[in-house]
Amino acid sequence: MLEIKNLVVQIEDKRILNGLDLTVNNGEVAAIMGPNGSGKSTLSYVIAGKEDYEVLDGEILLDGQNLLEMEPDQRAAAGVFLAFQYPLEIPGVASMTFLKAAINAQRKARGEGELTTPDFIKRVNAAAGQLEIPKDMLKRALNVGFSGGEKKRMEILQMALLQPTFCILDETDSGLDIDALRIVSEGVNALRSADRSFLVITHYQRLLNHIVPDTVHVMSSGRIVKSGGKELALELEANGYADYRESEAA
Amino acid sequence: MPAVQETIDQVRSIDVDQYKYGFETEVEMEKAPKGLSEDVIRFISAKKGEPEWMLQWRLDAYKRWLTMKEPNWARVSYDKIRYNDIYYYAAPKNNPAPKSLDEVDPEILKTYEKLGIPLREQEILAGVEPRNRVAVDAVFDSVSVATTFKEELKKAGVIFMPISEAIREYPDLVRQYLGSVVPVTDNFFATLNSAVFTDGSFVYVPPGVRCPMELSTYFRINEKNTGQFERTLIIADKGSYVSYLEGCTAPKRDENQLHAAVVELVALDDAEIKYSTVQNWYPGDAEGRGGIYNFVTKRGDCRGRNSVITWTQVETGSAITWKYPSCILRGDNSRGEFYSIAVSNGMQQVDSGTKMIHLGKNTTSRIISKGIAAGKSENTYRGLVSAHRKATGARNFTNCDSLLIGNQCGAHTVPYIESKNASAVFEHEATTSKISEDQMFYCLQRGLSEEEATALIVNGFVKDVLQQLPMEFAVEAQKLISISLEGSVG
Repeated sequence: MLEIKNLVVQIEDKRILNGLDLTVNNGEVAAIMGPNGSGKSTLSYVIAGKEDYEVLDGEILLDGQNLLEMEPDQRAAAGVFLAFQYPLEIPGVASMTFLKAAINAQRKARGEGELTTPDFIKRVNAAAGQLEIPKDMLKRALNVGFSGGEKKRMEILQMALLQPTFCILDETDSGLDIDALRIVSEGVNALRSADRSFLVITHYQRLLNHIVPDTVHVMSSGRIVKSGGKELALELEANGYADYRESEAA
Repeated sequence: MPAVQETIDQVRSIDVDQYKYGFETEVEMEKAPKGLSEDVIRFISAKKGEPEWMLQWRLDAYKRWLTMKEPNWARVSYDKIRYNDIYYYAAPKNNPAPKSLDEVDPEILKTYEKLGIPLREQEILAGVEPRNRVAVDAVFDSVSVATTFKEELKKAGVIFMPISEAIREYPDLVRQYLGSVVPVTDNFFATLNSAVFTDGSFVYVPPGVRCPMELSTYFRINEKNTGQFERTLIIADKGSYVSYLEGCTAPKRDENQLHAAVVELVALDDAEIKYSTVQNWYPGDAEGRGGIYNFVTKRGDCRGRNSVITWTQVETGSAITWKYPSCILRGDNSRGEFYSIAVSNGMQQVDSGTKMIHLGKNTTSRIISKGIAAGKSENTYRGLVSAHRKATGARNFTNCDSLLIGNQCGAHTVPYIESKNASAVFEHEATTSKISEDQMFYCLQRGLSEEEATALIVNGFVKDVLQQLPMEFAVEAQKLISISLEGSVG
């Protein structure tokens, strides 16, 4: 379970999050929607532990552990996974090599032994098959020269292999065509389980037709301003964010 | 790549003070009097039992050297070297010429064992598949202490022995080729080497022979205030092939030590020489005290048609590196290649690169240089590509990439291109990059530590060059690079 209480964050003296509260239960898929600049991506970075963000107040607990006291790699080992909106390129490092290094680093941090190579390959092949990732792509340097769709599929592949307990999808639908959107969504849906929760950040209802959320939260000016069920997303799709912008001004 | 994990473990297992080869060996040494004079040169020559011509050659070099000035164009700075405070000859007692490994001082064998150099042939035979066998020549301060697999190489007709022995046993070959690539008068350090060189390796591969194993020389500076001046001469006769690797380490000392080697390669028609270096001389401490001055002249002569010379170097050690392994592409259709990884950390200064001198027709060359600068180090690539007016159809491709880690280091690229032939095609690509914060965050988010992430990114950066190294050394080099960069993050 992820609990965020009164989170206040600024970057370079600019306040981005203003006392944000949010709870995501185990097994829950929570969608966060909101206009540009409402602080959605900042929220995902702060949960994952990116530098440059100054946390002025509040706390973030994952299953009772205080994430704000942990380094990004410790958070990852504790179960936090962020699917990046813009995945980074690592030239010269084959995707396979990267995957293995990441899996074993997390296993080591948790006091587990390294995966054997056959076991690792078996797992990668199974997960890659589901995401329609060709073997050749796994041999190429991570994300170098990948199309937008390939990059997003690679993010989901990493998610599937690292088996996190709390997954953040930061605008995973951006830059995806219909087919890629379907493949990625199916990949995410296959990972849904009672002990794994998701925070799905998106601008559009479209993604939520494929990944159906349990709860929808509207974010504006660094706060959750409205929460509801999946029907809230449809309402937003019809009416836009205008209402919430006004409520800010009021 | 499991080596990445191995790298990390290795990095973890060593102490903060990084350099793990810094120990010293207690052996009784015999030295020439300190400083340099005709008498010292005569002493060295007599110790080696050299013929008169060799002594004369040395004395000529010495006279010439006295008139020369130390070069100062490299982007490095250091206190003046006092050439008369250096010992030019230091040899373990009981020398010369151990007949077999049993006659070598066990302390020295232990040293090489500690360094992971397999001198004992039976150990190699016991543990490793035949194709991985490496014949080793080990040079301890001024003398060669052991050469392995001599007999087996002899069967193939390959001569691999200390150069001091070759001068006595194959004077005609040595005389024909010594100084033919790097002339006695070439440059300040090469001339000094010509006067005082003490040992090194000699290789001759006869026509049509493919050398049956990797040849390797391991250099170790042990004595205090001693310079190491080795001289290596490799001749690949027509249609032959040889792959050669050198490695080097030195104990930790507060004083700087001079290493001024000369390496000459000669490839005749259709011959190929691969020369790989893993250089790990003591780099000095974090404040820049001590460390080796590595002022080395390495040059290959593609003398014959269709000949090939490939230099591959992984440079992680030395306080200062001044080194430009070069190719003279004399034979038509000959090819020169230079693959380099130069890592600098702490206060290290590297000024290294290559020269590709195109003289013959349709000669080609390729330069791939990867510089990695961390800490407060300065890392310069300096290269020359030139085409003589007769070098019709000359082609070069150069790629120089620099990676900066942290914000107190510097990377510089100084390419010189000269073409006197209109048909020459020279290409030059260069990039300078940093490990970006976003890249780092991405890796951390996947659970890698900063050290692991740096090792992974750096290994990716140097991959093109590592692939050029013989397999077992590539793994070693990969580890070495990570160790050298330890403490460079955060």
